[in-house]
This record gives sequence, structure tokens and C-alpha cells, in this order.
Amino acid sequence: MNVFVQQVINGIHVGSIYALIALGYTMVYGIVRLINFAHGDILMMGAYFGLFSITIFNLPFGAAIIVAMLVCAVFGMLIDIIAYKPLRNAPRISALITALGVSLFLENLFRVLFGAEPKKMPNVSSLQGHISIGVIKISYVTVLTVLLSIIFMVGLQFIVKKTKIGKAMRSVSEDKEAARLMGVNVNKTISITFALGSALGALGGVLYSVAYYQVEPYMGMMPGLKAFVAAVLGGIGIIPGAMLGGFVMGLVESLSIGYISQSWSNAIVFGILILVLLFKPAGILGKNVREKV
Amino acid sequence: MKFKKVMALGLGAMMVLGASGCGAKDGGTIKIGLLTPKTGQVAQYGIAVENAVNIAVEEVNAAGGINGKKVQLISYDNKADATESINLFNRLVDSDKIVALVGPVISSTSLAVAPLANEKKIPMISPTATNLAVTPDYEYVFRACYTDPYQGGTVAKFAAETLGAKTAAILYNAGDDYSTGLAAAFKEVFEAAGGTITNYEGYTADNKDFKAVLTTIKEKQPDVLFNPDYYNTVGLIAGQVKEVGLDTVMLGGDGWDDVQKDYGDVVEGYFFANHYATDDEDPIVQNFIKAYQDKYDGNTPNALGALGYDAAKIMMSAIEKAGSTEGDKILAALKATDTNAVTGHITFDENGDPKKSLAIITIEGGALKLKTKIGQ
Repeated sequence: MNVFVQQVINGIHVGSIYALIALGYTMVYGIVRLINFAHGDILMMGAYFGLFSITIFNLPFGAAIIVAMLVCAVFGMLIDIIAYKPLRNAPRISALITALGVSLFLENLFRVLFGAEPKKMPNVSSLQGHISIGVIKISYVTVLTVLLSIIFMVGLQFIVKKTKIGKAMRSVSEDKEAARLMGVNVNKTISITFALGSALGALGGVLYSVAYYQVEPYMGMMPGLKAFVAAVLGGIGIIPGAMLGGFVMGLVESLSIGYISQSWSNAIVFGILILVLLFKPAGILGKNVREKV
Repeated sequence: MKFKKVMALGLGAMMVLGASGCGAKDGGTIKIGLLTPKTGQVAQYGIAVENAVNIAVEEVNAAGGINGKKVQLISYDNKADATESINLFNRLVDSDKIVALVGPVISSTSLAVAPLANEKKIPMISPTATNLAVTPDYEYVFRACYTDPYQGGTVAKFAAETLGAKTAAILYNAGDDYSTGLAAAFKEVFEAAGGTITNYEGYTADNKDFKAVLTTIKEKQPDVLFNPDYYNTVGLIAGQVKEVGLDTVMLGGDGWDDVQKDYGDVVEGYFFANHYATDDEDPIVQNFIKAYQDKYDGNTPNALGALGYDAAKIMMSAIEKAGSTEGDKILAALKATDTNAVTGHITFDENGDPKKSLAIITIEGGALKLKTKIGQ
């Protein structure tokens, strides 16, 4: 039983990071119908900026997270303006291929700039140690990751549901042309969506590198892919779906490692994706949407 | 007028070059190829080997070269990738016309190059490929390090006899020949010594989260945890061992070398097998360390460096003894190697594997200390 609880905690830790990243995928998809494959690399950039804030500028950990999020938000907007905006009315496949190109570009850029050798994220002294409940141990890193993820997810939900910009985002996602007619600045709204998604990705990146110590140019690939799967699993374009998908992915992964085998865990995770898509093609929380003609 | 002179000079130079190209055996240099990973996960290994090989070549050239000819080292970055290694090997042989190869560094790339080296009769010595299958089927392929089964088995012997361990868990990279080779040998020897393997878990290179599998291992409370992988993954796993509160002693192989640089705090008190110890007082060892420190800003060479140096020295002295750059003559001289090297006294068995002892190193206060030397 203890082992089971411990595995669930492990799963929630990983899952909350997947959920953070999945939000970026799902928000961008919701608003411009683009699978932004460069999003995993935003995570990588976030980790690098967090690392540099700590090692070069000696910022405290909290400030490093904020710096990484702000810088990545700017980069997210820039990527949209440079790479995706000119293709807004092009066929969807063009934008998709561009996204893959941006992803490869960022990975190789960071490899050339900072080397392929993994850099070690310094230990954050305030995060050493763990809370013990009986024999169950929860490290501070886990607690912080889960707390921050939940706070930012609730915050995002608040922005989307209760604020004016959230209303603009929802309207653009529903019908771009109609939103424009109602006086919504569509381009600005899309930019803000990219900024929000990238900031969350950067947060995920910093938390990921604190949990797994290493920062390297290709670190975004696997978590990016899994977060994408989480977004699809929960129903892509639906914000609560991305969160749910992230946690489901983390839990399934952790429990299948714990009770079946580490080498099978990825196969099981992706197998579940296939099953969900077979029986509920729109994802767990997805509704069947009429295709616009 | 001037133009014509330049042309004549140029043509003359081309003729000389052309002539020396035809009679390569009489040329002024002996070309030796080197394949190492200089970027990527194991870049630290490749750079260490290359640095040490450079020292060996400089020493030989400073002493007048091989039979009066200077040695020219041609080095490429194989990025620890098998396909890349094959392409670069072909380039070394076809366009650079090397007579012998030092490298590749890690097992999977050496396994890829070995059959080609044998086919083209290019004598090859891998400084550090420890996988069993690298040498036996290929007459022209040698290595300067001991093999995976030998290493894994000796670590198991150390765990059972010196540490008195009764139970062991094994966590290995299922996608890596080196890691699986060590894991299998450890299991066999540890069980033969009466020990129990509590967990035998593979993972893939993509795995970053080990807390789930370590939680499962924690339940079994093994005396030791054997993790034969390279330093970056070891650091990752050792940190998570602390995080889940697993109280055990981790053991590893020579892939751990350099782990103390970034992860000294989480691997304190653990043990790993290695090829040489920097606190060994043999003058060959100390002279090599000094030469390395003088050339590379006071950095102490790791075991990979020592093996790279030995491999290059063995190959060059074989070429010298052969008195020829013909593949079969160098091969005969290599087989007869009997020398004192930085990593111990080396002779080769019929497979081209060296017979020598192994050092067990422990991490103490962030530094490496020689614990004991175990042979077979």
C-alpha cells in the first residue's frame, strides 16, 4: 500500500509537469489549429534561461523562474510572429512542417551556442529534503512542482474564463472572422496565447530540470512528445482536458513502471492513447464538433 | 613573368605531391586515424581520449617518430553514433589513407567499425570499448581495456566478497550494449557467489524519471544497487536514490569515471571499477599524469585518457616493431605486445583482449580514491 501511494505521488509529480506543457499545446491548438511542435523546445529554452539566471546572474530560484517565464513568453510571441503568422491562411500542413522546422532550428541553435554536453542544474538549497508521512516521503521538489502547477493552472483557467482577454481568446478560438467583426484584435490575442503557453512551458522546463538536474539541447523532445499525447488524450483544444491528460499520463507511467516494467512503460502509455482515440476520438473530455464547411 | 613562375612552382609542388601520393609507403608521415565522440552525452570521454592520444603522438614525434617518419594523427568526431562512425571510418581509409586506427571510444560504435576494419585489414585498437563482442570475430581488432563480462563479474565479486553483500538490485540501460553486458555478468557471478538479485530492471536512454522504479526497489531493501551506465545517467539516478530515501550502496563500472565532477555530493561513498588510479605511484603513471597536466591546464587525466594514451602507444610501437605499414605486419607485432603501460602490464590473449588487473575506486569527499586492486 505504501509503495502504491509513493508511486501515485511520483506519478502526480511527473504528471503535473506534463500538464503544464500540455496546456501550451492545447491553447495554441485551440486558437490557431496548429500543433506547435516547437513547444517542447520552449521547455528546453526555459530550462536554459533558468539555469543561466541562477549560475551567471546569481538570482534566487524564485526570480529565476520568473525570468525564464518572461523571456520565453517573449520568444514564444517572436516565434509566432516570425514563423507562423505569415502562414496563417496557408494550408495547415505548411504551418505544421514549419513548426517542426522551428523545433529543429532551436535545438541545433542551442547545441551550437552552449554545446551538447548536459549542464548540471545547481542544487537549490531551499528545495533539499523531504516531508515524511510515516514511511512515505515527498520531496520538496515534488511539493513545489505540484503546487506551482496547480496555482498556474487555476490562474490560467481564471484568465480564460473571467477576464476580457480570456473572452477574446475564446471568441477567436470559436470563429476568427466573427471575432474580428466584433472588434477583437485577433493578432494580439494570438500573440498573448503564445506568450501564456510559452511561459507555462518555461515553468515546466525549470521544474523539469530541477527534478532531473540536467539541461541539454534535446531535453524537450520526450517530455514535449508526452505532453502532446497528454493534450490529445484529454481532448486537444480543451484546457481542463490538457491538465487531466497530463496527470493521467504521469500516473499510468509511474504505475506501469512500478508494477510492470520500466522498459514497457512508454509502450503502455502510448498504447492507452491508441485505445482512448479508438473509443473516444475527441479525447477524454472532447465533444464531437461539427466540421465547419 | 611573375605569374609564370608561380605557375611553375605550383605545378612543381603538385608533381612532388603527386609523386609522394603514389609511393605513400616512402612518404614522410605515417597516418593514424582516431575516432572519438567530441559532442553529445559522452563528449567528456572522447575529448579525454583525444587529448591523451595527442600526447602519445607528440612524445613519439619528439623522439624522432616511427623509424624516421613523423606520425600524423587524423581525428574525427563520431558523435557516439554508429552510422556516423562507419562513414568516418570509410573516409579515413579511402581518402585519408590511414595505416591504423585508434578508437572508437564507446562499445556500440566500436561494434559498428570492427567488421569493416577487419575486412579492410586496418589494425584497430579501441582504447575503451568494453563489450565482449568487439574483438573475438575480428583478427585485426584489439582493445586496451578489459571486457564487460570481466568487469561486471569482478564488481560482483567485490560486492560479495569485500562488501559482504547478500542482495543486489540491478538497474541498467536496456538500449546500450555496454550496460546490458555488465548487468548480465554481474548477475551471473553474484548469484554464483550465493547472492540474490532482487530486481533486474532495464530502462531506455529517454528515461529521466527513476523514482517509480527506485520506489519498487526500495521495498526489497537490497544491500547494493548496481548501475552500469555513463556518468550523466548515474548522477541522475543517484540523486533520485536520495530523493526516494533508498538506503543502499551503489556500484558501477568504468562508465562512472568523472561522475564526481558534477555529482560528487550524491555518489559519496559509492564504488566503481576503473582502469587506473591517479594515486598509483608507478612512474609510468605519474609521468603520464604530469605530461597531461602540463599540456591541458593542470587537468588530471581520467581512465579514458590513460587508456587512450596506452592504445596509441601500443599501436605506434607495433608499427615501429613491424618496420612496415602493411596491415598484416602490424598485426603480427600487435599480437606480440608485452609492455608496461599506464593501465598496468599488458599482453593480449588470442581474441586481442588485454590481460590485466582492475582498480576499485571509491568517492570520498568528492575525490576518487583507490580502494583495492582485483585481478583474476
